[in-house]
Amino acid sequence: MSEKFLEIRNITKVFQTPEGGEVRALDDVTLDIVSGEFFILLGPSGCGKTTLLRSIAGLEYPDSGEIVLEGERIDDKPPYNRPVNTVFQSYALFPHMTVGENIAFGLEMENVEKAEVAKRVEEALEQVQLVGYAKRMPSQLSGGQQQRVALARALAKKPKVLLLDEPLSALDLKLRRGMQVELKRLQRETGITFVFVTHDQEEAMSMGDRIAVFSDGKIVQLDTPVEVYRRPVNAYVADFIGETNLIKGTVTSGGIALPGGNILPTEQLAADSIIPASGEVTVAIRPEDLVLATNGMIAGTVRDVIFTGDSVRVYVTVGDVEIIASLASYGTEIPAQGSQVTLNPENRAARTVAS
Amino acid sequence: MTAVTTPRKKPIQRARPGQSSPKLAYLPIIFLAFAIGVPLLIIVIYSFLEKPSQGTGVKWVFTTENYKALFVQEKLDGTTAFDTRYIKVLWTSFYYSLITTVVTLVFSIPAAMWIATREARKRTLLVALVTLPFWISILIRTYGIRQIIADEGPIGKFLGMFDISWSILYSPSATILGLIYVFLPFMILPIYASAERFDFRLAEAAYDLGAKRMTVVRRIILPSIRPGIISGVALVFIPALGSFLQSDMLGGGKTNMVANVIANNFGQARNWPFGSALAVLLIILTLVFVLIIQGIAQRRGDKVELV
Repeated sequence: MSEKFLEIRNITKVFQTPEGGEVRALDDVTLDIVSGEFFILLGPSGCGKTTLLRSIAGLEYPDSGEIVLEGERIDDKPPYNRPVNTVFQSYALFPHMTVGENIAFGLEMENVEKAEVAKRVEEALEQVQLVGYAKRMPSQLSGGQQQRVALARALAKKPKVLLLDEPLSALDLKLRRGMQVELKRLQRETGITFVFVTHDQEEAMSMGDRIAVFSDGKIVQLDTPVEVYRRPVNAYVADFIGETNLIKGTVTSGGIALPGGNILPTEQLAADSIIPASGEVTVAIRPEDLVLATNGMIAGTVRDVIFTGDSVRVYVTVGDVEIIASLASYGTEIPAQGSQVTLNPENRAARTVAS
Repeated sequence: MTAVTTPRKKPIQRARPGQSSPKLAYLPIIFLAFAIGVPLLIIVIYSFLEKPSQGTGVKWVFTTENYKALFVQEKLDGTTAFDTRYIKVLWTSFYYSLITTVVTLVFSIPAAMWIATREARKRTLLVALVTLPFWISILIRTYGIRQIIADEGPIGKFLGMFDISWSILYSPSATILGLIYVFLPFMILPIYASAERFDFRLAEAAYDLGAKRMTVVRRIILPSIRPGIISGVALVFIPALGSFLQSDMLGGGKTNMVANVIANNFGQARNWPFGSALAVLLIILTLVFVLIIQGIAQRRGDKVELV
């Protein structure tokens, strides 16, 4: 048996717009998802991530390419013949059925025995911590509870792959954080492969084993959260994942000339930075990688200071650009607005990125 | 100088925006009460009066004979026997209405679903097309369909070319066809109203959970559009029960529905009291069906209000 679990091979999907145009939702996308991993499809709306998820579910048929699950092609099968299930963004609970009937529905479709259905419904409710809710109607539940029912309904089917389409986007921040932890736990406990679509980079980083960053129907970067954050392949990823100062500069001898006459020495950049012999480059520096220094490399004027509790955000005007530095809340002297400061990038975390 | 405020004698009462004076509602309410209540009262009173020995009208003598006559026949030799004629007429009306309801329902569900899944602009146009028949008098439309289904009409002529005989005018089939034709929009519109609100993502969820096409229709779509179906059934079945025109113009008097018998008693037969008793019976039966349909709706927890 091959090691490969879920293979997406050269999937392309083109939608016709009402105006007669074409949108390439998926443009020759290829990727391998490993069994038992928490895989994230990340990108802004309209980048193709949801189309890929729906193609795996069978709710969308790609124009070309193959989807192979455990060595078996599934892209031409109807949704009811695929061992995958979806948790929808809108939850899509059947409003005329109780919570228990909602969860049982999928099992009845497989002709599971009655006693077994009851057992698995109870099990699923236990997994999402909703024991005792079987008789309620979905309309009697809060958004968070409905979300859990949607999850239980899909999990009860014991799918090989669980597809989650921005399931937490309708929840408030606190509830969302709680569900992120719970989803991670459920994924570990069940061992089911999760494919999770989101546009929230923080959510992606905190949950994913691996992240595929999408842009315009293509995968721009596919790596672990740490790698995607630390080594973004281009300015788009650097900007989309977390917060980044993207500063345009020119290559000079010994370093990169930044706006305002500042020079960033080459040895301060990450070791694997690709620096051309001459011309323009974009330097990416995370705000938390900047510190205040006496006689630092980047000099500028403080435009604004915002105290957020756990950090101090300093907006520094450097030449004709603005750089954000996120300083530790304690042990830092908070600079005054309008004062002259210099900043240093730390730990060689600054890097050049392809624009 | 200090300002002096005097307390208001009466708080200011102004109508809130959108709130009209109740007086404006009196006129239509009084009109409706008269237009429905008075004839109804007359019918009920007449049904308990005797028929004059000559001419039309009523003789002001109290009797319950009219109701007895609905079920009992007095023979020439003075003996009485159970009379099934009027029960048969009622059964015919019920039966035709039932067929009309079932056929319009079967046609309307796919039609309504199809319209509901079109894009917004097309939907508006299609709904307008469904309501188009309302622009033309029902009498003219019934004349129209009589021409179409006549033995020498376009259908008859077309089938004649293949030596197939066509003769349905003035038969029960023509009556039922006429009923279906007239009542179809009344079934499509409420079902469409429900279908339009249906969240098609629920159908996707059902597919995803392993349901096949027909299961999705049966277990997800039909229950979701049930309020529309119940409204449609009420809007078709109940008026069809008392319909008159179709059996009169298309059934050719051979197929009497209860409304035709009532009309005949007020007309040629000149028996107003008996016609009134039959009308009262029809009203009671209609009310029973309304209550049954509402009972079903309520038990299912659907928000359908008929009474």
